[in-house]
Amino acid sequence: MSGSALTYAIVDGVLTGSVYALMATGLTLIFGVMDIINIAQGIFVVLGAYLSYAIQVHWGIDPFVGLLITIPTLFVVGIVVERAFMARLKGPEKTAMSILVTYAVSLLIEGSLNMIFSVNDVQINAWYVNQSFKLFGVYFAYIYVFGFIMAVVLLAALWALLYRTRFGASVRASLADQTAAALIGINVRRVATICFGIGTAVTAAGGMVFGATNAFNASSSYDLISRLLTIIVLGGMGSLGGALVASIGMVMLEDVVGVVWSPIWSTMTFFIVLVVVLSIRPQGLFGKQLARTA
Amino acid sequence: MRLWSRVPWALGLVALALFPVVVTNPAYTTIGVFTLIYMACASSWNMFSGYTGYIALGSAVSYGVGAYTMALVSIHANMAPGAAMFWLAPLGGLIATVVALPIGAIALRVRRHTFVVITIAIFFVFQLTAINVGFTGSTSGLILPFISWNESYYNLPFYYVALGLVIFATALSALVRRSRFGLQMLAIRDDEDRALGLGVRTTAVKLTGFAFAQFTIGMAGALYAMFVGQIFPQFVFDPLFDVSIALMAFLGGLGTLAGPLLGALILESFQQWLTLSFSNSSLYLILFGALFLLVILFMPQGIVVFVRDRVTRRAAREKAAVAAAETTLAGSRA
Repeated sequence: MSGSALTYAIVDGVLTGSVYALMATGLTLIFGVMDIINIAQGIFVVLGAYLSYAIQVHWGIDPFVGLLITIPTLFVVGIVVERAFMARLKGPEKTAMSILVTYAVSLLIEGSLNMIFSVNDVQINAWYVNQSFKLFGVYFAYIYVFGFIMAVVLLAALWALLYRTRFGASVRASLADQTAAALIGINVRRVATICFGIGTAVTAAGGMVFGATNAFNASSSYDLISRLLTIIVLGGMGSLGGALVASIGMVMLEDVVGVVWSPIWSTMTFFIVLVVVLSIRPQGLFGKQLARTA
Repeated sequence: MRLWSRVPWALGLVALALFPVVVTNPAYTTIGVFTLIYMACASSWNMFSGYTGYIALGSAVSYGVGAYTMALVSIHANMAPGAAMFWLAPLGGLIATVVALPIGAIALRVRRHTFVVITIAIFFVFQLTAINVGFTGSTSGLILPFISWNESYYNLPFYYVALGLVIFATALSALVRRSRFGLQMLAIRDDEDRALGLGVRTTAVKLTGFAFAQFTIGMAGALYAMFVGQIFPQFVFDPLFDVSIALMAFLGGLGTLAGPLLGALILESFQQWLTLSFSNSSLYLILFGALFLLVILFMPQGIVVFVRDRVTRRAAREKAAVAAAETTLAGSRA
């Protein structure tokens, strides 16, 4: 294996991995606060990508500027979905039910997107998608760097929100123990709704970069959600740091396997690593050990 | 079980057995065959996931393994196309069960929430492998020996074999439910740590239940392959299959005996009818998603429990009314 290929794998792992980290953070946040596995996260990413694509094609707005529209839009979509469906889920089968409900939401959106945009692949286009620069002997389109910067800025903003504000303290308290958080006067319901909104809003940004670096259609969501789920399980469900580490690590590994072996098998590596890690550490890399049946 | 509670079962069985006699249109008997296949799968899925509360979303692995057993053996053994191929179904079920053992051993190391996700991940490993290796025919699929039965009765043997599969799955599920093993699974669903504390060997019980449940699903997959005559990795290892049978069980009533059967009967026939009536698959996705949401939100316990609650509540009200009347009567006599 050549040195430049390895360099490529590492650089791409960091650049693309950080975008995945953004999307995975949303998913793990929703799980941690609400015990909800949001299967619709994949289609939300695709929805974000289509929104960016549509406002660029119809209104001529640059996708990065367009985030000012798409991020709030998906935040509202998240709030609506949470209020309409998630808030009704209760009882011991809540997590299992949440998978089915979000899957249904996902089917609804997939059908609608197919009707509006057809099933033909599209890709977001801009000068930074077409032009590339050389880094350590490897060419990268500018979008990878811009996407990376955007992901870092948003992750930092999210971090500041969670660790430097009063609201963030409520979120972290809810992550640690929902009952205890409710007992000390935190409105866990409201925290949950806002977290679902935030978890969905980040997909607008992730989706835009995904849509610029890949040709996509509505069924791209299956591939996305299976990767994102793998990442959050690997990082430890509900662990924000775990999602970050697992995203970068997995994308890097996928690239390395793609280079040394074959791109066909690189996606499978994703799942094999998951199976291996979980056989050794069932709670994931940074997950909490569960004392009781959860 | 009291006699009257067996009446609906007998009526249901008679109705299913007579269906292809009354409705002879092959388009509808085809829907019948698919519906029965899904009923058997949902019932079998429920025997593990419904009883233990461990929601498995990777059942398509067993379905696909069963389908490929049927396809590969019948092709490579140069089998004469015909009824003899039905005997490959139990083999498909057996292989699916054996494959499920290591999968279960890994996936069952974790508790509920993570289990769901791991079953999905393992499913994708199988799907990708099936698409990428040569012997599955890759994306162009495999063509099974062509069965040249007359078109007007082609569906009948499949229909009755599938009905047999449904009866088998339901009987097995009923037997397990009343056995010590079934009670252990229910104990795990209610409180796994306490069950462990009381001496239930939880890991062994879960693994056995998981592997057992795959047998019927594997047979159903084999039957499906023989019925449609050509299989593709992406259709026999289908994520929609995983979610569909789980939804069927939820719709009818998770953990109940009749629930998954009823759920599959309603959903699969509806789904097949939608496909038949609307060529527009996007509209179909929207309708299916909407139905799906309505069901889960308004009948979260499933139809069987919903109806049973209504009936017991009415019975309780009547009983209370009678008791009140008797008290009044007794009071007036005194």
